[in-house]
Amino acid sequence: MATTKHILVALVEDKPGVLNRMASMFRRRGFNIESIAVGHSETPNLSRMTFVVNGPATVVEQVRKQLDKVVETVKVSDITGDNVITRELAFIKVKANSANRSEIIQIVDIFRANIVDVAPDSVIIEATGDEEKINSLFNLVRGFGIKEIARTGRIAMTRGGSGPLPVTKKLPKTRARGKKATK
Amino acid sequence: MKMSGAQIICESLVKEGVEVIFGILGGAILPLYDVLPQYPQLRHILVRHEQGAAHAADGYARATGKVGVCFATSGPGATNLVTGIANAHLDSSPVVAITGQVARPFIGKDAFQEVDITGITLPITKHNYLAMDAASLPGIMKEAFYLAGTGRPGPVLIDVPRDVQQEQAEFNYPKKVDLPQYKPTLQGHPAQIKKAAKLIGESHRPLIIAGRGIIISKAYAELKELVEKGQIPIVTTLLGTSCFPESHALSYGMLGMHGMAYANMAVDAADLIIAIGMRFDDRATADVHAFAPHAHIIHIDIDPAEIGKNVRVDVPIVGDVKLVLGELNKLVDKTKRIDWIKKLDEWRKEHPSLIIRDCESILPQYVVRQIYEATKGYAIIVTGVGQHQMWACQHYWYDKPNTFISSGGLGTMGFGLPASIGAKVGCPDSTVWCIDGDGSLQMTIQELATIAQENVGVKIAILHNTYLGMVRQWQEMFYGKRYVATPLSSPDFVKIADAYGLPALRVKRREEVAPAIAKAMAEPGAFLIDFIVEPEENVYPMVPPGAALAEVLEEPRKEAKAVKDSAKLPVSNI
Repeated sequence: MATTKHILVALVEDKPGVLNRMASMFRRRGFNIESIAVGHSETPNLSRMTFVVNGPATVVEQVRKQLDKVVETVKVSDITGDNVITRELAFIKVKANSANRSEIIQIVDIFRANIVDVAPDSVIIEATGDEEKINSLFNLVRGFGIKEIARTGRIAMTRGGSGPLPVTKKLPKTRARGKKATK
Repeated sequence: MKMSGAQIICESLVKEGVEVIFGILGGAILPLYDVLPQYPQLRHILVRHEQGAAHAADGYARATGKVGVCFATSGPGATNLVTGIANAHLDSSPVVAITGQVARPFIGKDAFQEVDITGITLPITKHNYLAMDAASLPGIMKEAFYLAGTGRPGPVLIDVPRDVQQEQAEFNYPKKVDLPQYKPTLQGHPAQIKKAAKLIGESHRPLIIAGRGIIISKAYAELKELVEKGQIPIVTTLLGTSCFPESHALSYGMLGMHGMAYANMAVDAADLIIAIGMRFDDRATADVHAFAPHAHIIHIDIDPAEIGKNVRVDVPIVGDVKLVLGELNKLVDKTKRIDWIKKLDEWRKEHPSLIIRDCESILPQYVVRQIYEATKGYAIIVTGVGQHQMWACQHYWYDKPNTFISSGGLGTMGFGLPASIGAKVGCPDSTVWCIDGDGSLQMTIQELATIAQENVGVKIAILHNTYLGMVRQWQEMFYGKRYVATPLSSPDFVKIADAYGLPALRVKRREEVAPAIAKAMAEPGAFLIDFIVEPEENVYPMVPPGAALAEVLEEPRKEAKAVKDSAKLPVSNI
């Protein structure tokens, strides 16, 4: 079975333990999550999770259905291959000195990235883009010496229309209730 | 009205119509037990190990179709439930487990008897809760029962810290459950049902494989209508046993690893499989790549995640099988499939899978057949796991709906005795036989004390073969007869029963079998019979692990002579 990269977007109730439930489902089916990004959605009390995983389409579909079964899940979509925009954010701390700093700045400019910190022996580059762009930037500055790198997981959205995740008409009410276990 | 968390739990149980709770108490759940006497309508049955509580709740749930409830304390009490919860999860049994937890200030401090039971049970429950305040309890209780019993049923665990049980809060039991995102699909998609009906109409060799979904959904009448109207032969999974009368001419018994040879041949030859409320477990399909090689597959199940999980499906129908079959039956034409049924009947004659050979000693199959004779097929049979389980399934004919209770998915040895307690408590007017093995029984034998204390009238038949028989059979067939760690010595079960205050008999000769069963049936309460059976008897037919259904091994023919005094078999099963 051919494995391909899949982007799964999940709309879930914003409760403690939900991330644990979702992540453990991947583990159970033997998936390594390549990246994960979680944040608020357009609807109060609902979070949007973006998972990037590698796997055969049939198995990813099985995982999608299992994720959909988690009680706090509103909807899970596999938006791979759709007309999708994906972005991630990276900080790259590169060794720099007065001799090569301007060369680094030039590369950063070409990639429309930013220098967000300058120290005597290093700079921090902030870059936003799809995975390929960040990778090429990384490859170019690698020669200067990388001190540290931090990347967020990818976030994704389909172009135009309302997308595959319409705003739910009926929103879960907030109310006093028990917390789901998180440890 | 203000009351304590413990009272809120009990009030909620009463509102949910709970009649019985299986459990063991301990420090962290003491406040809950302390208020139990205020609710005489809640019968508490003290088990001897929490695993027994979970299995008993599971057995109760399966026998009655209601949600089973068990209690345990924090730490070891909660972890002892785990096997029982996993068992209920794999067999889609509705169970609500309520565990005590250390008081809130101690959570996360590795306090005495603290364990993260919600974390532990996350992958083996349909859902679970840690109730962090008493005010949340009514909503949680309502949700828990709703989740456990609806859609694809399953276990739900509620972990309640000790101080939450003592905390005062307002009790208003919600009338409706507030779970907008949880909506099981009940009605099948009409276009899919139409497609299925068309495939059935075009098929020459259709076959129904029915599973436990029929029993959960109580779709007995709808299934029977489909079988008879479409003249479609039917085989069942292990857990589907008793979803369709087995003496019916179109019933071809169980399929799978220890299924009937002709049932497996039917799957292999079919041009259409109609899989209803089953999940293509590997024990049912055998080699999944060689499963039903000539067939289109229609799969009807309430859980969308089961569609396409193990086998490719041509027409998936997500929905409650009772509703889907009701719609499907309207579209299925009355048909005659004389050739196909004739073929299957020929196979049934040529490959008899249920003949008991002549043998001086007691054959375990013979004991099961005699229990069938004595109960006329109307008892609830509960089993442990192992060879005895397969014989109990094969050699008893289940004509009454929902009369076979067994651990299928998890294959939990020790399930039989506590589950039979649950079944008998839930169905006090039914005869309940626990058919168990000497190995399986010893995993939960302490529940004999529960039977004695609570006067649970379960009849227990031990098929005592001095081995962990199923594993021994695998060692014999696939591991060069190296019987490593399978020979099993047991205590004197009659003395054990006597020590627990239960009447018992040992049976060593074939002619004593029927009288012993009659004596057990005549006894008003519990009764144990220790049947000393042929030690190295194997379960046949058998599909070797990794093989296809069609490669079924039958009992070596030279031995297969009919027992002269064998019970009369229903016509269709000879």
